[in-house]
Amino acid sequence: MQEATASQVSLTARHIDGLIEALREDGYTVVGPTVADSAIVYDEIASTADLPEGWTDMQQPGKYRLSRRDDRALFGYAVGPHSWKKYLFPSSLKLWSTERAEDGALKIEAGPEEVPKYAFIGVRGCEMAAIRVQDRVFAGGRHHDSDYMTRRESAFIVAVNCGQAAETCFCTSMGTGPAVESGYDIALTELLDEAEPRYVAEAETSIGAAYLQRLGAADATAQDAEAAQQVVEKTVASITKELDTDGIKEMLYGSREDNRWDDVASRCLSCTNCTMVCPTCFCHSVTETSDLQMSSFEHTRQWDSCFSMEFTYVAGGVVRDTTRSRYRQWLTHKLGSWIDQFGTSGCVGCGRCIAWCPVGIDITEEAAALRKSHESSPKEVEDAT
Amino acid sequence: MNPTEAIATTEASGDTVPSPWVVRAAWRELSDTTSLEIAPADGSTPRFQPGQFSMLYMPGIGDIPVSVSAYSDDGKALVHTVREVGAVSAALCAMKAGDWLGVRGPFGNGWPVDAAADRDLIVIAGGLGLAPVRPAIQQAIDDSGRGGKTVVFYGSRSPSALLFRDDLLQWAVSGVAEVRTTVDRAEPGWRGNVGLVTSILDRAAFDAESAVAFVCGPEVMMRFAVFDLLSRGLSADRIFLSLERNMHCGIGLCGHCQLGPKFICTDGPVFPYSEISDLLTVRGL
Ligand SMILES: Cc1cc2nc3c(=O)[nH]c(=O)nc-3n(C[C@H](O)[C@H](O)[C@H](O)COP(=O)(O)OP(=O)(O)OC[C@H]3O[C@@H](n4cnc5c(N)ncnc54)[C@H](O)[C@@H]3O)c2cc1C
Ligand code: SF4
Ligand code: SF4
Ligand code: FES
Repeated sequence: MQEATASQVSLTARHIDGLIEALREDGYTVVGPTVADSAIVYDEIASTADLPEGWTDMQQPGKYRLSRRDDRALFGYAVGPHSWKKYLFPSSLKLWSTERAEDGALKIEAGPEEVPKYAFIGVRGCEMAAIRVQDRVFAGGRHHDSDYMTRRESAFIVAVNCGQAAETCFCTSMGTGPAVESGYDIALTELLDEAEPRYVAEAETSIGAAYLQRLGAADATAQDAEAAQQVVEKTVASITKELDTDGIKEMLYGSREDNRWDDVASRCLSCTNCTMVCPTCFCHSVTETSDLQMSSFEHTRQWDSCFSMEFTYVAGGVVRDTTRSRYRQWLTHKLGSWIDQFGTSGCVGCGRCIAWCPVGIDITEEAAALRKSHESSPKEVEDAT
Repeated sequence: MNPTEAIATTEASGDTVPSPWVVRAAWRELSDTTSLEIAPADGSTPRFQPGQFSMLYMPGIGDIPVSVSAYSDDGKALVHTVREVGAVSAALCAMKAGDWLGVRGPFGNGWPVDAAADRDLIVIAGGLGLAPVRPAIQQAIDDSGRGGKTVVFYGSRSPSALLFRDDLLQWAVSGVAEVRTTVDRAEPGWRGNVGLVTSILDRAAFDAESAVAFVCGPEVMMRFAVFDLLSRGLSADRIFLSLERNMHCGIGLCGHCQLGPKFICTDGPVFPYSEISDLLTVRGL
């Protein structure tokens, strides 16, 4: 990203207001971080006044709370309970509707009415990576989710290189942050060395460049470009949580009968929080509803979770009938089998599942414990001798 | 990486939204099992590979995966054979000629009938498991150039639960296949075998070293059948099983049908045992 210095421009909050306004004028539904219910969530925003100015978040296993910063940063926090998947892969979506005529004939019509054109403000590196993961899930296989693809292709993305990580972040282990790698239209880095925050902005796409041009901002100075680079380096240095991904798929495939699953199952509530907050989890279920006359019907899809008991129901029983088997499925899928299925890890290291687990189960700790047990398992010792 | 690199272009219709189909004929197979001969309402000719399944949709109730069990005689309709176990299957079993339903698919891979071109084909089916393999047996039989023979081992709970008796009889009498049946529990008048389907594998000769086996039925039964076949010398990559898991989409998107790294709906439902042996042996995977 440094090589793009020439095209980097310097913005203030007023320019970002101008950008939001321009996007809204062009028909985008602009969404971004905002404070609600003691958390930073994603919702529609009209200007920078809706952004969490001067707020930050403290995150730990099972803990999330907001506190004030001593500056006026607009992006001085990490990720909250929401992710952009709520716009690209809505938690509830009509897949089709059916009309039955008097003579019994069926007319079945595809899904939702109109799909909004979104502009996302403040997409982090891990979140951009999560969107790329879901691209592979919904648009990279044999069958495609056309609703996802329409939303995704029309989305305008303003990314932010993180200047502040949470204790739960481990993007550096997953290779997804704190700098945004690619896939955005415009990326911002927030500079807080003066009373007024400044933003070094660069465009990755021509449409992003056109918006920057419309703002009429000055080129970023060499010092500011350098300072932006340092913001990212400082954030990298502040991240302490780690996940060892070396041979992790094989390690997990070899750990299916590990006792650690019983240990974590004794703590896990099977509450599904981790899967709901995860920006890559894609599992869903369908439901069918009808009007009272039984002549018109709707088929909708809702987010579901591999932690729910009915998820693997087949006549005759539930396949994953214990918390042990369900937690094993979740973690092994995220960090292991996802790689076989989609050519990428299903985890981007955002830490949401850690902060929002009511009992503070930490995916990195579980993976480390499994690795430790795997490495000291009798089979390994035998193999070594 | 290009952000949209993974985004491909077109979307085949009929995958994500059902097409209207009409029941041409419906008949009871067993006390709890019905066959439906269904055709697209727009008159188009349906295609499928033996082993594939459709998502059959009953408006107001839901949609479920059901294997195609045959082509109609004129090739313009598909037969599905449904056992009544819950809401959707019961509604399907109550359908009459002229009724409409929605259909997505066919989905999934199929039985590799070609792999048995010059080898003996051993089919081991249990209960309703005969339905998904019937079209594969039919295809093998219809292939006059085939080298090997076809042997069908079929077990059911009781004599009155034996599915497709007419086909079994016709195959056996005409000599196109060797057919061996067994039941868990005899009923008055039954003079055939009693016991698990694996207990009758000695009742027909086949070249175990080179044979190809298709196994379909309850998972426990398949497990026993596989161990038996392996011990007779069949190679694990020539034993094929059709697996069943909860399915909501049928097209690799909803996540329900996963078994380890496999999506049963798109990677299967048919797998060579060599690909899934380590998965099938873990409880609750
Ligand atoms: C690949 C495949 C092929 C199949 N082929 C046939 C067939 O040829 N004939 C036949 O009668 N049945 C077949 N089944 C099983 C059939 O799909 C279930 O019996 C059916 O889903 C039960 O739905 P229900 O609404 O009647 O029952 P309920 O008990 O009300 O089921 C509720 C829901 O659970 C899920 N479910 C329950 N049981 C199963 C199951 N065994 N498999 C998948 N999902 C399930 C479905 O989503 C279903 O809508 C097949 C299943 C699969 C996966
Ligand atoms: S598994 Fe946890 S850390 Fe990884 S992407 Fe999902 S929520 Fe974030
Ligand atoms: S790991 Fe935590 S968040 Fe996930 S299901 Fe278990 S208790 Fe809930
Ligand atoms: S049935 Fe939805 S992923 Fe296989």
